[in-house]
Amino acid sequence: MKIHEYQAKALLAQYGIPIPKGKLASDPAEAEKIGAEIGGNVVIKAQVYAGGRGKAGGIKMVHGPAEAKKAASQLIGTRLVTHQTGPEGVPVSKVLVEEASNVARELYLSILVDGVSHLPVMMASQAGGMEIEEVAQAAPERIFKGYIDPAVGFQPFQGRKLAYGMNLEGGQIGEATRLMTNLYRLFMDKDCSLAEINPLVVTADNRLLALDAKLNFDDNALYRHRDIQELQDKEQEEPLEVQARDWGISNYVKMDGDIGCMVNGAGLAMAVNDLIQYCGGRAANFLDIGTLNNTERVVNSFRMFVADHRIKAVWVNIFGGMARVDVIARGIVEAYRQLNIRFPVVIRLAGTNLEEGHRILAESGIGFISAKDFYDGARKVVEAAKGGAK
Amino acid sequence: MSILVDKSTRLLVQGITGSEGSFHTQRCIEYGTKVVAGVTPGKGGSEHLGVPVFNTVEKAMTETEANASLMFVPPAFAADGILEAIEAGMPLVVCITEGIPVLDMVKVHRYLKDKSTRLIGPNCPGVMSPGKCKAGIMVGEIHLAGNVGVVSRSGTLTYDVVSQLTGLGIGQSTCVGIGGDALPGSTFVDILKLFQADRDTKAVVLIGEIGGTMEQEAAEFISGKMTKPVVAFVAGSTAPPGKRMGHAGAIITGSAGKASEKMKALSGAGVTIAPTPAEVGLTVKKVLQSL
Repeated sequence: MKIHEYQAKALLAQYGIPIPKGKLASDPAEAEKIGAEIGGNVVIKAQVYAGGRGKAGGIKMVHGPAEAKKAASQLIGTRLVTHQTGPEGVPVSKVLVEEASNVARELYLSILVDGVSHLPVMMASQAGGMEIEEVAQAAPERIFKGYIDPAVGFQPFQGRKLAYGMNLEGGQIGEATRLMTNLYRLFMDKDCSLAEINPLVVTADNRLLALDAKLNFDDNALYRHRDIQELQDKEQEEPLEVQARDWGISNYVKMDGDIGCMVNGAGLAMAVNDLIQYCGGRAANFLDIGTLNNTERVVNSFRMFVADHRIKAVWVNIFGGMARVDVIARGIVEAYRQLNIRFPVVIRLAGTNLEEGHRILAESGIGFISAKDFYDGARKVVEAAKGGAK
Repeated sequence: MSILVDKSTRLLVQGITGSEGSFHTQRCIEYGTKVVAGVTPGKGGSEHLGVPVFNTVEKAMTETEANASLMFVPPAFAADGILEAIEAGMPLVVCITEGIPVLDMVKVHRYLKDKSTRLIGPNCPGVMSPGKCKAGIMVGEIHLAGNVGVVSRSGTLTYDVVSQLTGLGIGQSTCVGIGGDALPGSTFVDILKLFQADRDTKAVVLIGEIGGTMEQEAAEFISGKMTKPVVAFVAGSTAPPGKRMGHAGAIITGSAGKASEKMKALSGAGVTIAPTPAEVGLTVKKVLQSL
């Protein structure tokens, strides 16, 4: 789960990590007022769930309250398109108004869980303000890492090593070590999947400051963090994905094609999308209905297809294991009864209770296209989407 | 022969009295698996599905000589269940549970470090040696005993691949689902090592997917240490970056996580890549014919 920059900074502040002075504004008048309170140069930052805001014009440096108001009015109510958002962009409904900092150096600091060592790793670099992926490609020697033993926790010596690696000196070493210890505490306390301060700056008067912050959280751990769950801003997410979640389909991802897919299992669902492309079509979505034996979720999946106006054909590919094919078949029949289904539907079923599933579909009288295997299903649905055989 | 589970496996089920635990324990017993014990704290002394239930893994092991555990414990308590089994000295733990927090698994991995337990999963379909032992939730009937090892991050995609193999008359030595999480207990390399050492495995099928670098590590192992042929498919060529595709571990966060990069690494290591997920069986058939 993602949260906004202002929310991430509030959490950093709770953990004793210095952040710039600033406040959130929901309209230009509010931005003007905050600009006046702070005085002098201020930065207006669009609050969206996407990186690359600077280059996209989502961050504006201005002087004085009048300019703050103007900059806020240029952002609030618009959609920001960055290299991470896709052409439709994301809505800007709030801006963060912050005092402008006098920056001497830009550094990078983050924590995530390393998949190879199975340990949290603190990463630090002098190359702040850049995307760490780019640094890792171009100059991996500029990234310093400290692997953290969860039984012992983050140790001061690790902080010193990383701080020296970032070329800090004097009192900054102790200050950076404390900051890293606090960031690790936040990471562990809140089940983060990523805690990133980029850039972490050294100001002209020699202080460390988290100029930007990004916190992502482990979806599997949200059940024990109600406070974090409440921070979620649905407006920032893809509407079809929000709709799917509201209908109990947690594993739905919007894609850019016109073939709706309903599959059980994540690997199979990805393979279905791949195979459609191989056969010359494009999937409109990834949808893993999971393993619950529940006809309602099948009906709701069809509701998604009806609600998605791009859909030209649908492919149901179920390999029953934990999920029972007969239950899925009942769900499909129910969907036809409840909804106005105008697109062709290709159905391929295999696995647990297959015969019963086929019987239910055959006796229902619904007009669907039957596929005998994986490949057959892909070919038929691509053809159907192109307006071929019904 | 086979790997991990066979006729000598004495299975214990953690969470045997829950609805999923009950349903799948019954299927395992019907398949012929020796289920010798169940563990549900508070229900020790009772019997469930004809299997004695104990309060602790330690007690169940002492009383029944169980040598493998299959876990159906809910996500919030699963890591604790795994730790209990490790502490009791269980040689093999197969964890089916989906949705365990990553930081809980960090703890589990730290605890596993100097212990002898092999952990498979979590978030996996389990382990199956056809005709010998089913320790998992996979459909028994689609399998056929034979000489091809299968290792996969996926569940249902593996069922499809296994039924392609069986349909072509190609049997399996053991099918291992290592699971879709970001921090699996066993990796491709761990299982490839076992297949390489297994006398009855002649070839291996590897089903990977986007996210992480496990396929690249497998490629490195295969090019250096593996003499048996490997056929692979990597799911998620069409997955958009930054999106979690169902599995917690299936998210492209860097270029190494892309399906194309993984297939390139595997292909470079001499692995035969199936052109589509529907042609894994046929690809294996060709590879076996050329041996």
